[in-house]
Amino acid sequence: MEIILAVVIGVLFASAVYLLLRRSLVKLLIGLALLTHATNLLIFTAAGLSHGGPPVIEPDSNTLIGSSADPLPQALILTAIVISLGVIAFALALSARVYRVTASDDLDRLSQGEE
Amino acid sequence: MNSTGLLLIAPIILPLLVAIAGMFGLALRPASRRLQRQISTVGGVLLLAASLLLFAEVYRAGIQVVQVGSWPMPFGITLVADLFSAVMVVVSGLIGFAVQLYSLASMNEEREVFGYYPLYFVLLMGVNGAFLTGDMFNLYVWFEVMLMSSFVLMALGRNKGQTIGAIKYVTLNLISSAIFLSALGLLYGLVGTLNMADLALKFADVRSNPDVAGLVNAVAAMFMIAFGIKAAVFPLFFWLPDSYYAPPPAVSAVFAGLLTKVGVYALIRVFALIFPLGSGPFQDLLLWVAGLTMLTGVLGAVAQNEVRRILSFHIISQIGYMIMGLAIFTPLALAGAVFYIFHHVVVKTNLFLVAGAMERAGGSGDLKQLGSLYRRMPFLAVLFLIPALSLAGLPPLSGFFAKLSLLQAGALVEQFWLVGVALFVSFLTLYSMTKIWTLGFWKPDPSEAQAFSAAHAVAVPVAPKTRWGAWFLPMVLLALVTLIIGFGAGLFFPVALQAGQELSNPSIYIEAVFRSAQ
Repeated sequence: MEIILAVVIGVLFASAVYLLLRRSLVKLLIGLALLTHATNLLIFTAAGLSHGGPPVIEPDSNTLIGSSADPLPQALILTAIVISLGVIAFALALSARVYRVTASDDLDRLSQGEE
Repeated sequence: MNSTGLLLIAPIILPLLVAIAGMFGLALRPASRRLQRQISTVGGVLLLAASLLLFAEVYRAGIQVVQVGSWPMPFGITLVADLFSAVMVVVSGLIGFAVQLYSLASMNEEREVFGYYPLYFVLLMGVNGAFLTGDMFNLYVWFEVMLMSSFVLMALGRNKGQTIGAIKYVTLNLISSAIFLSALGLLYGLVGTLNMADLALKFADVRSNPDVAGLVNAVAAMFMIAFGIKAAVFPLFFWLPDSYYAPPPAVSAVFAGLLTKVGVYALIRVFALIFPLGSGPFQDLLLWVAGLTMLTGVLGAVAQNEVRRILSFHIISQIGYMIMGLAIFTPLALAGAVFYIFHHVVVKTNLFLVAGAMERAGGSGDLKQLGSLYRRMPFLAVLFLIPALSLAGLPPLSGFFAKLSLLQAGALVEQFWLVGVALFVSFLTLYSMTKIWTLGFWKPDPSEAQAFSAAHAVAVPVAPKTRWGAWFLPMVLLALVTLIIGFGAGLFFPVALQAGQELSNPSIYIEAVFRSAQ
């Protein structure tokens, strides 16, 4: 399972970098979105995968017995998802503005327009 | 929660409350500019007072720790104020107050009734949160709070350059955040905790395990890149001059003063506490980065002709000095870095404020079009000279003592080439400041000269009528601070020295956090 996820994360990072290096503004945004997904999956995988071990304390005990899933990475990922949602939404709005101002989604032309 | 807890949380909660009040103000009386200004002025004063109180407490009683919501560490979030954090909070309170005053004078009404002040205070909340948190993931969250409001502050307006600058800035920062977050994930996988003190303690064992040595170095490198982008060190600085040049002067002043320094703070914190330099390849790397950052920044500045662009490149070269303090990693060098950060934030913000006034008075920030400002506004010229000479490091101003301590620390560990670079860069800084002085203040105004030679009365562009008193007030305040820390260096340097000692001896920090958990 780790192997599959590692490959998925690698592919996601690679495609994100590829898209970020394109000249199109839209591809840049998709690249950013992929980047955040890759990061979230990385946190999930790096913290260790386990199966069938809910982090629940038995009713007649005070401590967690045996191995169980770690709930913290999932909490971290939830936070990160919420943050990236907000940031990507802002980036979308901003790029819509950029498009309206420059009438082009070519990033190279953008930096020329500034001169 | 006791009174120290309140002191620690106040620099984070106060700006939030001010922002909320401001937003309610916007909702209830949408067009009321006065209400916004009143709320934010009160907020600025309170924030400065709160940060000074926190500093006094930390100075008197040592490191202050609070477990937020009484959740014990490492499960809950810990807020920690050691002397370094407290100094940073004071400087952010001071800059917050000064730039807030400057905004009152310089911000246009459109931005003011569009929520400029609430956003500004959310930014300050993020900055203070980043300085005070003792938890790596929480640091990420504060970074995002700060970035999100800085995005909006940067894009707010109709200026085309601003929009284009914003898209670069947003992209770069998102990439940096993704690297930071990935590093956090790997770190958690390695150690199983994200509390800084707990990390520092447990990581000592992990580091000595040869099986994961490669991964440890990779994680450290990722932190270095992520914070390096935010701090604008070589070779990751290219976004800075473009982005800091476009927004209104008040916004670029607070960005120039505070935001990159949050990156420097995070670098120092992580590489002093979690990955202590001295073991591993990072010390040499940072020494090189420091030297190259200083050089490229100052050389970039030489080629520029716009006041704010010149100053932006100087931010980069000054960051190099701070990294130099971190890289040498002796108590004296770290003290020098702390002192340098304080001095730099005050001086650099002030220079941006002056640049804003120059643009207002001369109608442009381009040195080719500016001129004879000395004759028209001698007081502004004095206000420029104080921070400019301090930036270049002339005694007895604050920059001299900051540089002296760093050079001394560098010479003591026999990094003579780095000391040489620092001196050379300092000389070029003086050249740049002279250039702004000569071309902006002394040279005859080109538009007047043209009118004279054409021998007929061409209308000289008259600056919009301005009440300069309100513009000068924050500049005078910051110039006074520069003079005070320059002339009173004997009083202030021991504080920095103590902060440096705390930083170079992480066990003080770790013990303080663990003691509070019991």
